[in-house]
Amino acid sequence: MAEPILSVRNLTKRFGGLTAVNDVSWDVHAGEVVALLGDNGAGKSTLIKCISGVHQADEGEVIFRGRRVRFARPVDALANGIETIYQDLALAQNLDVPSNIFLGRELKRRYLGGLIRMLDEKRMTRESQSALDSLDIHFPNLLQPIESLSGGQRQAVAIARAVYWDARLMIMDEPTNNLGVPEQHKVLELIRRLRDQGVPVILITHTLPDVFAVADRLMVMHRGRKVTEKKTADTSTEELVQYMVGARDDSVAA
Amino acid sequence: MADSDTRLAERYGGDASAAKTPGRHFILTLSRLWAWAFLALLIAFFVVSISLTTGGSVSFLTLRNSQNILVAITPVLLLGLGQTFVIIAAGIDLSVGWVMSLASVLSALAIRGTFNAGAPLFVAAIAGFLAAVGGAAVVGLFNGVIIAKLKVPAFIVTLGSGFIVRGVSLLLSENTTVIGLPPGIRDYGNNALLYYLHGEGGGFFFVDRPQLAGEALRRLDPILPWPVVITAIVVAIAVFVLRKTQFGRHTYAIGGNMEAARRTGINVDRHIIMLYILSAGTAGIAGFLSTLRFTAGSAVIGDALLLQSIAAVIIGGVSLFGGAGNVIGTVIGALIIAVLTTGLVMLNVEAFWQFIVVGSVVIIAVLIDQSRDLIIGRGRSG
Repeated sequence: MAEPILSVRNLTKRFGGLTAVNDVSWDVHAGEVVALLGDNGAGKSTLIKCISGVHQADEGEVIFRGRRVRFARPVDALANGIETIYQDLALAQNLDVPSNIFLGRELKRRYLGGLIRMLDEKRMTRESQSALDSLDIHFPNLLQPIESLSGGQRQAVAIARAVYWDARLMIMDEPTNNLGVPEQHKVLELIRRLRDQGVPVILITHTLPDVFAVADRLMVMHRGRKVTEKKTADTSTEELVQYMVGARDDSVAA
Repeated sequence: MADSDTRLAERYGGDASAAKTPGRHFILTLSRLWAWAFLALLIAFFVVSISLTTGGSVSFLTLRNSQNILVAITPVLLLGLGQTFVIIAAGIDLSVGWVMSLASVLSALAIRGTFNAGAPLFVAAIAGFLAAVGGAAVVGLFNGVIIAKLKVPAFIVTLGSGFIVRGVSLLLSENTTVIGLPPGIRDYGNNALLYYLHGEGGGFFFVDRPQLAGEALRRLDPILPWPVVITAIVVAIAVFVLRKTQFGRHTYAIGGNMEAARRTGINVDRHIIMLYILSAGTAGIAGFLSTLRFTAGSAVIGDALLLQSIAAVIIGGVSLFGGAGNVIGTVIGALIIAVLTTGLVMLNVEAFWQFIVVGSVVIIAVLIDQSRDLIIGRGRSG
């Protein structure tokens, strides 16, 4: 098997007396969608935050694209190609699609030897259009504020932004929450398309049907520990629920 | 796969253009243009009513009156410009009126000091400008650092710093008007870009003020006095910065979703500090111009202007929740207030009615803004 894109080794994170993540090792490879499952408080968010630079692990290490990394801030993870799409999407609702795709990394034109720098709206709109086209996302009008878009369209903008900025790993936190059924399908199709373009996706979710719809593999956490790691094809909803509530635990057997 | 792709495309193309009825479209257009429409109506109203009540002997739309209105709005507008940026970023600056007073005192002291030390008039004026804007910027830096770094609400920080600034102004001016400025300063504050002389031998004069005396002086109208020209330049820069630069874009982003701005790597703290320096800076320019105009520094000149400037910003459509509004709106807002007050004075309406009318316009402006939000369907809470 090829070198994993992301490799977490014996990662532990404590908050005071609470061990939120306990000695977790986990690999994610190119071109796969991996689901991260677990009940509330199982430690999946904390694990993700240790990868994306929000938290720093107390023990263990994170290896990303062959290099040991330790991000002090989320921005550093972003600069290395780890894009995390949170439930609130981190979009500015009052700005239009290109402004959001280029937020913080605006394209500019220089005048008078760089003394005056103007936003290059035309180029940002053009590039946004092609980024959306590459994912086969079509909006009638890119220049309307995000707040006038539907939940699924907002997800699509967030994904397009990540793809445009050359994400090497996409972490999505409950991407189908608060979406209607047709929109859920659209987002899942986008996740498949990302995988087909070689971008691995970590999907944090409670929604088991989503797991069976798009995930190639999955990992289940319970009380901070990894309790199992399986191919989606080798398991069932009933079995996963047992792992999630702690009724089954492969780590003990092993 | 190809089939599902087209379906995806159709679905995405499908929803956004829905529910755009003609009625909705009309209301949206109206709400966008209402401030312009209201200003035009207001001017029309005063033109008709003033000529009716005076039997046609007084006219609202004279060259002189229009210039008076422009001169009157410059301080309100300058305070409103910085405030526009701050409020778009979901902040507020309550110190601007007092900062203007401080700047007025500082510039008067600097002009007097440098001139008495033997500097030429122009150099003294430059020193006055630097003292006004520099002093103001220090206050802005103080506000910005405490708001951004120590996370104290802007309302409280700027209220507190406003009081401090007021005390400092009174201390520096020894609780009296700073006078004894070189008389030439008066020309900087009151001369104009253009003059128009009515009647015989009349016409336009560019920059050079015709030397007249007595009765002939009444036939001379200055057009675009220097404070108005300077304010117009500042307005143009503000429009450019907010609309065309990264700084402007980030200002909107911070007002729309500060957390999102932070996550995309924008240095939000530094940006907020810059915004409060900017806000204090435009107040500093206002203080400097008032010193030029009255040839004196006053520690109370800006005290009443804070609320007027916020009113102008709100009438102009800037949302107090942040994320929306623009500079031209604030210009129209300031014009509406000035036209209202000037017109009411010319109608011999007692002064307290001005407050009642301006207050009502502020509330109506916000109501129109909210009804637009309801139509678009964006909830303020979400």
